[in-house]
Amino acid sequence: MLRIRLVEEAIAEAYPRQEMRCPVHLSIGQEAVAAGTAAALSRGDLAMSGHRSHAHYLAKGGDLRAMLAELMGRQDGCCHGRGGSMHLIDQSVGFIGAVPIVGSTIPIAVGLAFADKLRGQTKVTAAFFGEAATEEGVFHESANFASLHRLPVIFVCENNLYSVYSPMSVRQPSHREVFQQAQGHGIPAEQVDGNDPEAVFLSVKKARSRAASGGGPTFIEYKTYRWREHCGPGFDNHIGYREEAEFLEWKKKDPLETYRRKLFAEGRLTEPGEHDLSTRITAEIVDALAFARQSPEPRGLTHFVYADQP
Amino acid sequence: MSELTYAEAIQDGFREAMRKDRSVILIGLGIPDPKGFFGTTSGLEGEFGKDRVMDMPCSENGMTGVVLGASLNGIRPVLNHQRLDFALLAMDQMCTQAAKWSYMFGGQAHAPVVFRMILGRGWGQGPQHSQALHSWFAHIPGLKVVMPSCPQDAKGLMISAIEDPNPVVYIDHRWLHHVRGSVPAGHHQTEIGPLRVAQPGKDVTIVAISYMVLEALEAAERLAAQGIEAEVLDLRCLRPLDREGLLRSVRKTGRLVAVDQAWACAGMSAEILACIAEDPKTPLKHPARRITLPDCPTPTAPSLAAEFYPRANHIVGAVLEMFGRGREPGELALQKGVEYDKPNPAFTGPF
Repeated sequence: MLRIRLVEEAIAEAYPRQEMRCPVHLSIGQEAVAAGTAAALSRGDLAMSGHRSHAHYLAKGGDLRAMLAELMGRQDGCCHGRGGSMHLIDQSVGFIGAVPIVGSTIPIAVGLAFADKLRGQTKVTAAFFGEAATEEGVFHESANFASLHRLPVIFVCENNLYSVYSPMSVRQPSHREVFQQAQGHGIPAEQVDGNDPEAVFLSVKKARSRAASGGGPTFIEYKTYRWREHCGPGFDNHIGYREEAEFLEWKKKDPLETYRRKLFAEGRLTEPGEHDLSTRITAEIVDALAFARQSPEPRGLTHFVYADQP
Repeated sequence: MSELTYAEAIQDGFREAMRKDRSVILIGLGIPDPKGFFGTTSGLEGEFGKDRVMDMPCSENGMTGVVLGASLNGIRPVLNHQRLDFALLAMDQMCTQAAKWSYMFGGQAHAPVVFRMILGRGWGQGPQHSQALHSWFAHIPGLKVVMPSCPQDAKGLMISAIEDPNPVVYIDHRWLHHVRGSVPAGHHQTEIGPLRVAQPGKDVTIVAISYMVLEALEAAERLAAQGIEAEVLDLRCLRPLDREGLLRSVRKTGRLVAVDQAWACAGMSAEILACIAEDPKTPLKHPARRITLPDCPTPTAPSLAAEFYPRANHIVGAVLEMFGRGREPGELALQKGVEYDKPNPAFTGPF
């Protein structure tokens, strides 16, 4: 979680220098879902995500240098500069891709699980998406099919209350919880505190065992909150769609600070240990930014359109 | 070589590809239906099992994403739509996801998936079961688009589409399913790219797509009787487009008629004309002509549909005009006693 937070803050700091010329959707405030989920998955498991994917990519083990180079549009970026922040991929660690069309990776993730089932693999796929994706028809089509074939997929839904600037109140009925939609498809579903990494870990672990033993999909709704603006490095509590007070309320539930205090109280983290951890992460970020800045500009505009092209 | 219908040739292509590679699966609403998807999948479920010849929910968009995901993870799926119109529900997954996958991830992952769709015509297919929107797909870099017009290519292009490492849109025409022709046995492929010279000639180039190749061949036969040798090109691949093949023929004939059972505006016929217009070494002796659909949706009533679809008559008329010969009075009038809403006299409907 700390690594994700520090990377995102480094991006927020670098972004105004206009060297990352693509939309960025920061995960600050939502780190626990990514960290807890990835910790509960096996290394060979697969994951896909949407527009706000930095945390998921990093938690799954995605290469930081390649991610920052991608944000800077360089040849050594994880998509060789063709994608940008909204298209992260690191297949070597099972992060199969992220795209910004809302809900569009849900069926693709279900397809990964479908292929694993057909091929007799024991892998599990995690589909990360936001609560607004459940408003798309394609979510329901995918959930129905995953339930029908008992596919080894975990629907990891981060409910951060807003789709860009639109609150839940204008998008979904108040008398129905997001996770209850999945129950209508016969999928075991629950609502979990998305700012508690251990609660996330335990819920995904249970879902993973179910999926790996042929028990089919699970849907988990994690309540959480995006601290920064929808897209970009700043804060946007002043523009009128949400209240500063609401942000401050959620800030008190900061997943990092809460967990940090817990670890200290339990004696699992010490001040030297914490210092050492943040020093190492900071050095890694400095190195990755330097790597990205020296990476060449990509060449070959029409490369990669087809598989059998350079 | 054996004599097969176009539908049997598609089924033969499926069988060969599935025997060769265990990762090939067929999926689609009604794929194992009692009629075998117009005879194109008959018997395949028996040979390959329910896991490889699979029915699916009525969820075109979701399932297109599912097969895309499966194609990224070791499966070679063929997603089948009874009508092209149903595939339109999945434009995001086909054009915005699958077509871009290789490019947007810097060439690291590829989607070897086939989106097969059937183009309807006649017997009341009407506004929503007969839309010929192949140009939409041909517009998209990252997709390949094939439309075979003969049984040999129906098989050869299906096998090539399945074995291609890219997403391929394969469109077969409902009015071609009964057409017979000789088809090579075994693992026969047709290369995705080159057009086919369906009939050589020196006076005028008639470029046609899918079923309209048959109408063009009939027109060529009637033109031959009047001393005009038409070269008929079967544009079996819309993307990649065989521009050189088009130029080669038109440089020889100096005259061009593009025939497409689709709307003219921004359609494939426009691309064909543009290809010639842009080339400085291919002057035309006469302005090019397009034979396409009227600018309205497909009517359902047989009487209206009969006037809606262009036929060999229209092609003959256009070519004669190019040669300064007048049309016979009443040439475009519909022949009495012919049922224009069905593909062959034996057909009794419904589709």
